Amino acid sequence: MKSSLYKLASAFLAPLVALAIAAVVGDLLILSFGQAPATVFRLLVEGTWGNPYGLGQVLYKATTLTCTGLAFALAGRAGLFNVGAEGQLAMGGFAAGIVGMLLPSSVPAVIATLLCLVAAMSAGAAVGAVPGALRAKFGASEVIVTIMLNFVVLALLNWLVAAKIHVPETLHTPPIVAGGVPRIADAFPAFHGSAANWTLIIAVVAALVSAWYLFRTRAGYELRAVGLQPDAAEYGGVRVSRVLFTTMCLSGALAGLGGMNFVLGYKGYYEEGFAGGAGFLGIAVALVGRNHPLGILLAALLFATLSQGGLAVNALVPKQLTDILTAVVILAVATAVPEVQRQLRAAASSAASSLAGAMRREG
Amino acid sequence: MTYEPDEPSDEGAVRDTSPAGRRLPPRGSTAVATAQDPPPNGWAVRMRDVAKSFGAVIANRDATLDVAKGEIHALVGENGAGKSTLMRVLSGLYAPDGGTIEVNGRDVTGWKTTDAIAAGVGMVHQHFMLVNTLTVAENVVLGQEPSRGLTIDMARGIADVRALSAKSGLVVDPTARVADLSVGEAQRVEILKALYRGAKILILDEPTAVLSPPEVQELWQVLRALRANGGTVILITHKLDEVIDVSDTITVMRAGRTVTRMATADTTPRDIAKAMVGREVALALDASPGIQVTGENRAMRADASSKALRIALAVDGLTVRGDRGTIAIQNLSFSIAPGEVLGIAGVEGNGQTELLEAIAGLRAAESGRIVLEDTSLIGLDVRARADAGLSHVPEDRHRRGLVLDYTVADNLILGRQHHFTSRGLMGGTLDRTRIEANAALQIKSFDIRPPIASLPARALSGGNQQKIVIAREMGREFRVLLAAQPTRGVDVGAIEFIHAQIRAARDAGKGILLVSADLPEVLALSDRIAVMYGGTFVTVLPAAECDAELLGPYMTGAAA
Repeated sequence: MKSSLYKLASAFLAPLVALAIAAVVGDLLILSFGQAPATVFRLLVEGTWGNPYGLGQVLYKATTLTCTGLAFALAGRAGLFNVGAEGQLAMGGFAAGIVGMLLPSSVPAVIATLLCLVAAMSAGAAVGAVPGALRAKFGASEVIVTIMLNFVVLALLNWLVAAKIHVPETLHTPPIVAGGVPRIADAFPAFHGSAANWTLIIAVVAALVSAWYLFRTRAGYELRAVGLQPDAAEYGGVRVSRVLFTTMCLSGALAGLGGMNFVLGYKGYYEEGFAGGAGFLGIAVALVGRNHPLGILLAALLFATLSQGGLAVNALVPKQLTDILTAVVILAVATAVPEVQRQLRAAASSAASSLAGAMRREG
Repeated sequence: MTYEPDEPSDEGAVRDTSPAGRRLPPRGSTAVATAQDPPPNGWAVRMRDVAKSFGAVIANRDATLDVAKGEIHALVGENGAGKSTLMRVLSGLYAPDGGTIEVNGRDVTGWKTTDAIAAGVGMVHQHFMLVNTLTVAENVVLGQEPSRGLTIDMARGIADVRALSAKSGLVVDPTARVADLSVGEAQRVEILKALYRGAKILILDEPTAVLSPPEVQELWQVLRALRANGGTVILITHKLDEVIDVSDTITVMRAGRTVTRMATADTTPRDIAKAMVGREVALALDASPGIQVTGENRAMRADASSKALRIALAVDGLTVRGDRGTIAIQNLSFSIAPGEVLGIAGVEGNGQTELLEAIAGLRAAESGRIVLEDTSLIGLDVRARADAGLSHVPEDRHRRGLVLDYTVADNLILGRQHHFTSRGLMGGTLDRTRIEANAALQIKSFDIRPPIASLPARALSGGNQQKIVIAREMGREFRVLLAAQPTRGVDVGAIEFIHAQIRAARDAGKGILLVSADLPEVLALSDRIAVMYGGTFVTVLPAAECDAELLGPYMTGAAA
């Protein structure tokens, strides 16, 4: 009991220290703009958690970040560094948008939403399968492949939308007919105007299922063994390359799930560039959340608060202030947490050796 | 205990606590280990009474080494004899705990690597320290790049390396990328690197371990040329044919001490093997209760031979490739009867690892058959082989045998996790109740300490970590056990316990394949002993007819 308390405390220590450092840096920046830090921070809290609209926006942003954070963490537990959540997220949103557009309005809402959900997750999984297969079959670094695949996927979607299926004068697809997710405001009018929708529940369920999968199932046992000691996993009868492939698919599916939030819950159509960096920010969410699904829920709320808070304080200081704070939190955590350092170093060396191999084949 | 991933084999002494402790010869019982008369050219190296410990583990004590200028000096000894440690002290990597070191007549005790390099002492390590993506010339000049203003004068670097290469006979293209070189060529680059830094005393740590026979001959040419130019070479090896081939003088180490020093011309491989293994080894171990050869044990052997009609494990015409793609096991055939221990003696790196990995399903067999009782294992994966009744205690528990960050309970199901899932609807879920029950049972019956199932394996001592592996592999139904280095780095009490477990399994009719670098262990536990050298069994003998002196020459390839 005592040791688990200690573990819990030490898990929270690093993020809290990171937050404290961010607060200090934030104070100095606010002072440099000639404003009182206390005023600005009060505004930040009031504009986010202080009113239903702000809270709704925080929850909306946290929903996407939870999905991309989970995507990164699941891969991270297997020793994989998935930088491709951005593309997987976009592809998931696109697939949800297309399926929602094509379904006739006669399809019952629950079934339509489920079909869109399956489409989003499958599309994300398909994008994740590419680096997964290349890693499992040829040992290609998933870091490089996912980075590059982001460009491919985003350019492909851009072309599809711009050249094939957009509403004239816009860069978005025709609205979905069936499969929309109702907004929270429909049930709680106080949230009126915020983008928060019930995809939030799906994201929380995804986090709980991820935690169960990682820590309670045989597949999770094997996945974590692959991440910690691949040789021991192999000795223990685990087919390491198969686990690597499956995990990248699942990771992509989680990122793709995040696409539902925007497409089905908020806009009702796929719009070019909706991912807007949420895939990359998912890396930070997972690192601060210590690759634990429940930690990720908290970290997603933190980063969503900072993001929404930037808009709230924009009257006094530039909203980029909170972008800086976000970056400071990430840097502080990356410096303070040994397992994050280990993960970053492993990713860097895998990428370097993969690049060196490619250069050698070319030279 | 922390995991040191890339320890050279000689560091076995560091982890291998107890056998080394018991193997120590009594002080003063050995032949004169130091030379008295100064050689004509003077001494290049004189090391006196060097001591070096790592924690409680003694790697060197009273180690003495005299190397004359202009000779090729072979430093020989078994794995863990302390050769590498002594050379690391000489090259400044380790500071000695005691003793003195003189190089070219100057007292340099406790110097740093930079001092050693400046004084012309260069060491070529067993594991290459090259930057794979750079060219040969870039690697050679690294750290001492010829410069022109702020830029590196690579043209001059290449010319320098080419000249050095021609002068020393180390033929290698300076513009080639290291990653594209063969192992032999990479080694030449390592030697060039040392020479470029002006090495006059060159230390080579097991240089031939990775070389093919023609490459070995080329290396000898280079070393002889160095000697002709006044250079001094210290060669660490445990292959006796090499010692006889190339060296002028031999120093033999055993259990951290210098045992004897002799002129190569006056000795035979048999003498060297005897000095390496040491009569005291066998005597010291016979007196130890843990691995005594008892009358009961001999009776068991007779019993086992009468059961030889049945076969527990049969290997037939097995050929396996190593990591580098070369043949590691060549057309090997043998069988083990139920209730029999087949011990494999031999210097590490002669195919033992590949053999066990091939049987366990961790490495693909090129050709041949592996049959466990009536089940052919070829084509089955690791899990199916385990389910067929194969248990495997791997040689490296830190890399393979345990997931160090998993709890003791979770480690106790590794490889059998599919037998610990819930039934019915939640079929993929691990059944925590049964995992905990299994842990409680194994911790009790194998005396794992501390008896806390929720502790990460990393937190346990080496002996108790090994007990986890032993408990997992032997505390269940199995028919054949592969045991690799079952007592490496384990304390005395745990060694006795593990040996007792292996004997009990044999008495229960299991077939056991034992691989150990600890020859006394192989002698004490085996019914038959096979000596492995160069990927094949050079001899298979009944254990009753074996002793260390007889096996020594086989192990080092001197008698084939």
